[in-house]
Amino acid sequence: MLKLNVEHLDAIQRHAAADYPAECCGVLLGNHAGEVKRVTEVSPLANLRHDAARAQEIVPLENPERESELNRFLIDPREQLRVEKDARARGLTVLGYYHSHPDHPARPSEYDREHAWPWYSYVIVAVEKGRPRDSRSWVLSEDRSGFQLEQLEVADVLSHAQVGRAGQRSQGQ
Amino acid sequence: MAVKVMIPTPLRQYAGKQESIQVEGHTVGEALSGLIARYSDLRRHLYNDEGKIRSFVNVYLNDEDIRYLSKEQTPVKENDVLSIVPSIAGGAPSSGAASGSILRCICS
Repeated sequence: MLKLNVEHLDAIQRHAAADYPAECCGVLLGNHAGEVKRVTEVSPLANLRHDAARAQEIVPLENPERESELNRFLIDPREQLRVEKDARARGLTVLGYYHSHPDHPARPSEYDREHAWPWYSYVIVAVEKGRPRDSRSWVLSEDRSGFQLEQLEVADVLSHAQVGRAGQRSQGQ
Repeated sequence: MAVKVMIPTPLRQYAGKQESIQVEGHTVGEALSGLIARYSDLRRHLYNDEGKIRSFVNVYLNDEDIRYLSKEQTPVKENDVLSIVPSIAGGAPSSGAASGSILRCICS
């Protein structure tokens, strides 16, 4: 289960809308106990596909004519190293990453599956015509054959009565 | 040379749940081989079938990507830190028309 506050989900959805029609990406930091991951921070990261030449050195695209920052994201490993070090120094763990699917559902693609790692939570935000729609969290299955939907619990730190309104709220922005 | 290898969270389950592991070696390749010798389950996550480091795996010696040093032949010094950084990549399906209709089904 992935627990986050409504502010975290708002931040992810705002980032996804702001970067539309490109894909956005960012990191989920927090702590975990058993199967429960609790997000305490979300941090936007640059989509390295914006810098096509450098991205190609890290994870080459098979078909650069059809693949770009509009349908692909890549996080700069240097940034990851920086984020990992900073998190560790503050007693936090990298719990997973988020990215957007512009004009596609919040479901992992085959490309997502091929590039996924076990254990991490992969939060995907569907953005339709610039507006964030549903957000879902996925975890790669042990045998890498597919993703399992992960329970996403969104809590409002101010009022628990507002739990679950995050999606509606962001769409109004 | 004793070097410390930092293990990212997805791979800790294959490395005795440890955040870092001390290994011996004179080069990056030797240090990683030492790691695999102790935790054989890590092999398939770090190496491809040809025995090369998988392209989705980034290895940093202190703050430098070994791609831009001498790759696995890069020499290591006592107390160096090797960080395994998993590439995080993904994206929407590239087939436009079919996926668009799926989106409409979900959102309508």
